Amino acid sequence: MTAMQRTSLTEHYAVHMPTPDDFAFWRESARDLIQCEVPPDRVSWIEPGGTGDLFGSGSSALPEPSKGAKPVRASKRFLSLARNAALHSDPQRFALLYRLLWRLQANPRVLEDKTDPDVRRVEELDKSVRRDSHKMHAFVRFRQVEAEDGSEYYVAWFEPDHHIVRANAGFFMRRFANMNWSILTPRGCLHWDGEIMRESGPAQRSDAPDGDPVEDLWKSYYSSIFNPARLKVGAMLSEMPKKYWKNMPEAALIPDLIAGAQAREAQMVAAGERQIRERPESLEAIHDAIANCRDCPIAECGTRAVMGEGSVGAHLMIVGEQPGDQEDVAGRPFVGPAGQLLDSALGEAGIDRSAAYVTNAVKHFKFAQRGKRRLHQTPMAKEIDTCRWWLESERAIVRPRIVLALGASAARGLLGKTVSLKSVRGAPIALEDGAELWVTAHPSYLLRLDGAAREEQAALFAADLTRVKARLAELQA
Amino acid sequence: MAQKTLLEKLEILADAAKYDASCASSGTAKKNSLGGKGIGSTEGMGICHAYAPDGRCISLLKVLLTNHCIFDCHYCINRKSSNVRRARFTPQEVADLTLNFYRRNYIEGLFLSSGIIKSSNHTMEQMVEAARILREEYDFRGYIHLKTIPEADPELVRQAGFHADRVSINVELPTTSGLTRLAPDKNERQIEGAIAKTKHDIIEAKDARKRFRHAPRFAPAGQSTQMIVGADKASDADIVGKASRLYDSFGLRRVYYSAFSPIPDASAVLPLQRPPLLREHRLYQSDWLMRFYGYAPNEVCQATEADGNLPLDIDPKLAWALKFRGTFPVDVNRAGKEMLLRVPGLGPTAVRRIIAARRHRTLRLDDVAKVTQSIAKIRPFITALDWRPTTLTDRADLRTLLAPKQEQLELFA
Repeated sequence: MTAMQRTSLTEHYAVHMPTPDDFAFWRESARDLIQCEVPPDRVSWIEPGGTGDLFGSGSSALPEPSKGAKPVRASKRFLSLARNAALHSDPQRFALLYRLLWRLQANPRVLEDKTDPDVRRVEELDKSVRRDSHKMHAFVRFRQVEAEDGSEYYVAWFEPDHHIVRANAGFFMRRFANMNWSILTPRGCLHWDGEIMRESGPAQRSDAPDGDPVEDLWKSYYSSIFNPARLKVGAMLSEMPKKYWKNMPEAALIPDLIAGAQAREAQMVAAGERQIRERPESLEAIHDAIANCRDCPIAECGTRAVMGEGSVGAHLMIVGEQPGDQEDVAGRPFVGPAGQLLDSALGEAGIDRSAAYVTNAVKHFKFAQRGKRRLHQTPMAKEIDTCRWWLESERAIVRPRIVLALGASAARGLLGKTVSLKSVRGAPIALEDGAELWVTAHPSYLLRLDGAAREEQAALFAADLTRVKARLAELQA
Repeated sequence: MAQKTLLEKLEILADAAKYDASCASSGTAKKNSLGGKGIGSTEGMGICHAYAPDGRCISLLKVLLTNHCIFDCHYCINRKSSNVRRARFTPQEVADLTLNFYRRNYIEGLFLSSGIIKSSNHTMEQMVEAARILREEYDFRGYIHLKTIPEADPELVRQAGFHADRVSINVELPTTSGLTRLAPDKNERQIEGAIAKTKHDIIEAKDARKRFRHAPRFAPAGQSTQMIVGADKASDADIVGKASRLYDSFGLRRVYYSAFSPIPDASAVLPLQRPPLLREHRLYQSDWLMRFYGYAPNEVCQATEADGNLPLDIDPKLAWALKFRGTFPVDVNRAGKEMLLRVPGLGPTAVRRIIAARRHRTLRLDDVAKVTQSIAKIRPFITALDWRPTTLTDRADLRTLLAPKQEQLELFA
């Protein structure tokens, strides 16, 4: 008796799937049906709880193929496609797979024709199942809870689009082999205790825990790693569609991050911004302009800008750090204790202060209020860099041959980078406009020292000034 | 000063790491935690666990060990003279944080970089220590990417390779002059020397594994590098040339481009205006053309405009096709794979499908439309059984026809 004789030409079959993702069962049934030569339009595939199609009431007793029936052929490519496509939530998937398998018997190369509607559909199913699995690997978020025996236990809640939970158990087992965890989903749950994987029926979101202490760290990481200067919301949405957001703790931050991005970027730009403006053409113009300069926070403290002193064409320019308490009161540079020390040292070296141009790297006094006293505070690198504009304008007008920088702040004001005093002391540095820069300590540094240390530093300071004097004499000769 | 909390440190050090472009976790050796003491697996494909609103994926915990630095590179927010808040992790803290994130399935692993503290060697030691704690004490089998320091002792860099899946050394800038001007403490010869040394170590370790089954793996995901675009005057042609030289001579897995973003407290030497992000995108497209489409570097350079930069309104492949219209139209039913790959709008997948499908039938325009995203862009460059572009290929306004329409940007998305 052949298969043809045992299956009548009009009989309709209904295959009831035991679970929605049982590929092995489909494979067995499909093999038998094809061996009995039941064409695709006479089989309906019914999922658990499903009603099947119009002919769903067909016979559920499947025909048995005879021993001598032709073996069913399927390519490797078909099997790998079918294994994934069978997990899709499309109720037509098993019928589609059967139709393709049927066609594959007549034309083994049917899968190669990428313009065929069945082939394209099965590839679409495969693709969306693979994508769903990939998103499950990515977006499952475990939360730590304490198990009854006090050990660490991790629980996640995830909502897949397709019947992929069981198929992905292996991935999570291999990854978290030594961790106790459960993944709860509306399509069934997985539980791993380090040795055995258990399955259970569908769960609800309320079964999963609510929070986890590490989530705050993760959220702060998420908002810090985001670069507001490169907002690309479309790119984010295409890879992380909104449907996943409700189960990802970090996604709650997204609207605020996007809304605040422009402001954050503007801040980033403003922080680095310096307006392009015309260089002033006279010392008087600089004097007027610095009084109104508010480029850095120092200028906002209610102090006055202290202009340099000296005449245009002075051969020597002496640059200090910033005006101090007394300089701010007097409105003139180097009149306080440090100024007096500078004056006496210059006198000893034979340098005439009145012939030099004396100024500061920063034009305003930076201080911290302590009761009635205003305590000096070192300006920040950024503040020096901001004020450099004025110092360069002064240099462009005075055109000194030699510039003497007192201390590291002054050196930064002239060089634009921080240098160590030790490494640049005692030898001239050529500046871009041809002038020579000599760097020495600031006199207030000497004021803070005592005894032998002070004597040693004073000697070094005097030696620097003597060198500058000698160099000045050479240039004037 | 009060001790910073872990949360504050993470904020500072993740913020400082956001200028690193790479976040790949793919292409490494397969491993899993079955039979081990710890957790972690890598199965070939990288996984992006989240996406930030800047469209970039978050696959790894990308942090700096510290943002203190003794170097003064102008483009870098962490340079010595910058005014940013500073913080420092201990290697143990980094390892614990990585593990805590990994257990919750937030990440694939760790991408650790660092500013230089004390000395290059000291810094490198600390980074290797963090990786060692993860691998040896916690038996962590996830992904680790270490950014190595070219100035450090080669032996330390080698140690890094034994713990890490991928190592990378930044070439920083595409031209030597740019490097001397903007990164005065770095040296091109030293950087390339270190990349070459790592290449040598990778080859040697691969060879050893062929002969001894238990030879240790060395950076199984290879090495990569990163270049900053827009901080100096280099044109796209310069950058593409440099990238192809890097691919050729050092066998790099990837060259990343990072569009110079306006960073807080930027140095005055740098342009304040950031380069368009599109430029970075076009460079990646040209990178793809060289890696997957069989274009030679000089062919990519042919697509550039008079100023040496790739056009921003159309992609480099279309730009090339418009310049060399003589090679088109291409017959989809006869042309070879190389020629089909040159058709704007056809990617490797579509080409594979066309070649498979034409074994079964002679393709019509409709058939081609079924396997591709958009037929409108392709039409002028192909012929099919029922389609011939006739004068379309040679129309003077073809570029405006094909260029994507300019859209009004959203102000508040």
